[in-house]
Amino acid sequence: MQCPYFPHTQEDLKQMLDKAGAVSLRDLFADVPEEFIYKGEFNLPDAMSEMEVLETFRRMESLDKPLTVFCGAGAYDHYAPAVIRYILSRSEFQTAYTPYQAEISQGTLRYIFEFQSMICSLTGMDCANASMYDGPTSAAEAMMMCVAASRRRRRILVSAALLPQVLDVVRTYADYHGMDVGTVAQADGVTSSDSLRELLSAGDVAGVLVPGINRYGIIEDLTGFADAVHGAGAILAVYSDPSSLAVIRTPGEWGADIACGDAQSLGMPLSFGGPYAGFLACRKEYMRKLPGRIVGATSDAQGRRAFVLTLQAREQHIRREKATSNICSNQSLMALYATVYLSLMGHEGLKRANDLSYAGAHYLHDRLIATGCFEDVFDKPFLKEFVLRSSVPADQLQRSLAEEGFFAALQTEEGYVSFCVTEKRSREEIDRLLAVIRTVI
Amino acid sequence: MKYYDKLIFELSSPGRCGYSLPENRWGTSTDGLPDRLRRKDAPVLPQVSEPDVVRHYTNLSQMNFGVDSGFYPLGSCTMKYNPKVNEEVASLPGFASLHPLQPEWTAQGALKLYYDLSRALSTLTGMAEFSLNQFAGAHGELTGLMIMRQYHRLRGDDRRTRVIVPDSAHGTNPASAAVCGLSVVQVRSLEDGTIDVEALKGLLDDTVAGIMMTNPNTLGLFETHVKEIAELVHGCGGLLYYDGANMNALLGQVRPGDMGFDIMHLNLHKTFSTPHGGGGPGAGPVGVVPALAHCLPYPRVIRRPDGRYALMTDKDSCGRISGFMGNFGVLLKAYAYILMLGKQNVRNVGPYAVLAANYIKESLKDCYKLPVKGLCKHEFVFDGLADTSSGVTTLDVAKRLLDYGFHAPTIYFPLLFHQSMMIEPTETESKETLDAFIGVMRKIVEEAKSDPELLRSAPHNTPVGRPDETAAATHPVLKYEDM
Repeated sequence: MQCPYFPHTQEDLKQMLDKAGAVSLRDLFADVPEEFIYKGEFNLPDAMSEMEVLETFRRMESLDKPLTVFCGAGAYDHYAPAVIRYILSRSEFQTAYTPYQAEISQGTLRYIFEFQSMICSLTGMDCANASMYDGPTSAAEAMMMCVAASRRRRRILVSAALLPQVLDVVRTYADYHGMDVGTVAQADGVTSSDSLRELLSAGDVAGVLVPGINRYGIIEDLTGFADAVHGAGAILAVYSDPSSLAVIRTPGEWGADIACGDAQSLGMPLSFGGPYAGFLACRKEYMRKLPGRIVGATSDAQGRRAFVLTLQAREQHIRREKATSNICSNQSLMALYATVYLSLMGHEGLKRANDLSYAGAHYLHDRLIATGCFEDVFDKPFLKEFVLRSSVPADQLQRSLAEEGFFAALQTEEGYVSFCVTEKRSREEIDRLLAVIRTVI
Repeated sequence: MKYYDKLIFELSSPGRCGYSLPENRWGTSTDGLPDRLRRKDAPVLPQVSEPDVVRHYTNLSQMNFGVDSGFYPLGSCTMKYNPKVNEEVASLPGFASLHPLQPEWTAQGALKLYYDLSRALSTLTGMAEFSLNQFAGAHGELTGLMIMRQYHRLRGDDRRTRVIVPDSAHGTNPASAAVCGLSVVQVRSLEDGTIDVEALKGLLDDTVAGIMMTNPNTLGLFETHVKEIAELVHGCGGLLYYDGANMNALLGQVRPGDMGFDIMHLNLHKTFSTPHGGGGPGAGPVGVVPALAHCLPYPRVIRRPDGRYALMTDKDSCGRISGFMGNFGVLLKAYAYILMLGKQNVRNVGPYAVLAANYIKESLKDCYKLPVKGLCKHEFVFDGLADTSSGVTTLDVAKRLLDYGFHAPTIYFPLLFHQSMMIEPTETESKETLDAFIGVMRKIVEEAKSDPELLRSAPHNTPVGRPDETAAATHPVLKYEDM
C-alpha cells in the first residue's frame, strides 16, 4: 500500500538521487557497515488503511470498561469546557516547535506568559516557569532547586503525607542526584510539625516538601511551618492542587518559597495518566534557580510588545555538565490547556467547581458513615477527597463497584479506602453509587 | 501573519463570565471551611466571555508557525508531518476518560496498546524491552543513565561514576549525566565530527559507567567506528547509551541494538510523528538489552501467560520516574503512525529522510560553506555563507528565511563551528517544497551581496521584529502583574 505521508513520485526520486550522486537509495547508506543494515522482517503488521487503523483502536478501546470516577489520588475528573479542545486542535499551536524563533512564535510565547501569570496568581508566587512534565517530576525539580540554592547542603525532607507517587519520584531523583532524604512523619493524618522541627534541628536541611492537600484529602494547616523551615536556613516547597487554590490558603500565604504540583486538576482529561502538566513557581530570590523554559516580555526595534524565551543562562544547553536540571522542554500544549481553562473559569467559575466538589464529597462522606460500614479515620477538614476505614475488605469492595460501573473505594493503605467527588458527579450518580454500596456491604 | 497585541487579562471586565456550571443547590460550600485554611483574596484571573476567549486564542494562533503552516527544516528536531488520524485515535473517549489507577481488568485495552507499542519499538530498534513512562527525550536520557547506574550498583560496582560524552553532543547529554550524579568526561571529535577513537581509548578504565552517543551524530554523519567503540567500551565494563534524537535517519534500515548499544531512548515526537505542541507533550521511551530489563523504571506493563495485561514492579528497578504511565495520549498517536506505515513503508522513512538532506546539501554547497563534505544522513551543517565578505551572519540568514515563509534551521549548534546552520528536511516534504527552499536560500546569498542591511534588519514580514533579548534578561518581566 502506498503511504500518504511520502510525497515523492518515482520521477522525483530519480532526480533527487541524481543530485545526491547516488543511483539507488541503498547508496545513501554506503557509509554504514553492511553488517548493520537490517535485512530481517520487522515484526509489524502490513500497512493499514486509515479505516483499519481506526477500527484497530476502537477494538482496543472496547476492551476497557468505562467507569464513573469517584477516586482522585493525584488525577481528578473535573469538567472541561468544550472550547478547550477546539482551541488546542489549532494546528498552529499543535504542530509548532519550542518557540526559538520568537518572531513567528508569538502565539506560543504569549500563552506561556499568560500561563506563568495565572500560576503566580493561584499560588501566590512571584515567578513561574513554562510548565514541567507532571506534578511528581515538578516536585523532584523543586527539591533539586533547593539543593542547588543552598550549595553545600544535600539533605531534603519530605512529608509522609504526600501522595505516594510524589514520594516515589522524589526519592528516585534524590537517589541518583545525591540528595539525602529524610521523612517527616505524619500524625493523625497530617504532616507532624514536631517531627519536622526535630529533623530540622540538625541544621543540614536544604529544602522541605509538604502537601497543601495531602494523600488523605486533608487540607494541611501549615501554621508555623515557614518560620521553622526558614529558621533552620532551609527552603519550603508546598505541593498543591492548583484547582483548590481558588479557595484554600496558598503556598504564598503559608510563607512558602516554592510551589509545585500537577495542573491536571485544571480540567485535563484523565487519559490514563497523561499528558498532564506540572507547574513550578517561586519567590523572586530563587528566580535564577528555576529550571525549564521561562518567557519574558520585551519589545522589538519598533517598540512593539514582544515575548521571548529568557534567562537562558540557567539552562542545560548553556550550562551542559554544570546544569542542575536537564529539562529542555515543557508540556506547552497542556499549559495552553490550563490557560484556556482558567480564562473561561475565572475566579468565580473555579470557586463554583470547588464548591460543587466540596458539597458532593461531604454529602457522599456523610451518607457512607451513615451506612455503618465505614468510619472516619481522621477528623480533619477536607475539600473533595477523603479516606474512610472500611469494614468490607477494600479489594472486594472496589471490585464489586467496578463491576457495577464505578471506580471508587481505592485502597490507599491497609483497611483505608479513598473517595473523591468533583463537580462532574451529579446527585443522581452519587445516590446510585450509594445504592450499589448498600447492596455489597 | 498579522500583529495582535492583547493579553487575555486585557480583555477582562468585572462581572463577565466564560463558564457554565450547574448552580450550587447542595446548601453547603467551601465557605464552611475554617478561615485559617481559606485563601484571603480571590486570584487575579481574567473575567471574559466565551467568544472573547475563542477569538483571543484564535488570534494568538495566527501569530504562530507550525509544520502545517510550512517547511520547518530545524536540525535535530525532525519536524515531519503530524498525521491527523493520530489525533482522532488519541481523543477516543474510552481512552481519554480512563483513570490511571483504575483496576487493571478494567483497562485491558489501554494496557494492551502500551504493550503492543513497546513490542513495535523493540522490533524497530533491536532492543529487548521498552518502558514508555518517559515524558520527553531528556527525561529518557536521565532514565537511561539511572538504568546504567543501577546496573553497575546491582553488581556491586560502585566505582563507575564517569560517563563519556562527545564534544559534539546535544546539551542535554552532559546535563542529564550531571543530574544523574555522574561526572562528565568529554571526548573530542575529529575534523569530520566523528569520535576520535584514539582519544577515547585513553579515557577508558574501570571508573567508566558508559558512553552516550548520537548516531548519526549532530553533524549528520554516521559514526563508522561504532563497532570498534562498542568493543572498547564493553571491554572496559562500560555500557553504550544511544541518544535517539537522530533515529529518523536510520528508521527501517539500521537498529541501535544491532550496533552494540545497551540502552537507548526514542523521541516519539520526532521519529514517530506525534506533534511537538510548541514544546511538548512529547514522549521519550527507553529501550534496553535483555541484561538490563530488570532495571527499567516501574510500573512496567507485562503480558501474562493467560493473555491478560498487568502492571509490574521489579525489585531491581531504577525507580519510579513519572506519576503514572507517561504521556499515554502521545503513545496512542505514535502507535497509529506505526500501523499506518506497516512493516514495508517503515523501511523507507530513513532513506527518504537521508535523500532529502543530501539533495539540499548538494544543491546549496556552492554558496554555503560545507565544512564536512560527502554523504550525510538525515541532516547536515553549513558553517555560514561561502562568501563572508558581506559580514552577513547565520542569524541574519535565519531571520530572512522567516520573511519568505520558512522556519529557520537550528543555528549556532553544533558548537564545533562558529556559524553553524543545521538543516533537517525529513521525508514528508515534497521535491517542490525542497526546491522552493533551495531557491530562497540562493536568493538570500544574492541579497547578502546586493543589500546586506536588508538581512541584518530581517525579518520584515513577521508580526514582530527581532525582540530585545538583552532587555528581557536584564529586567525580567515574567508575569502580567509586573508589566
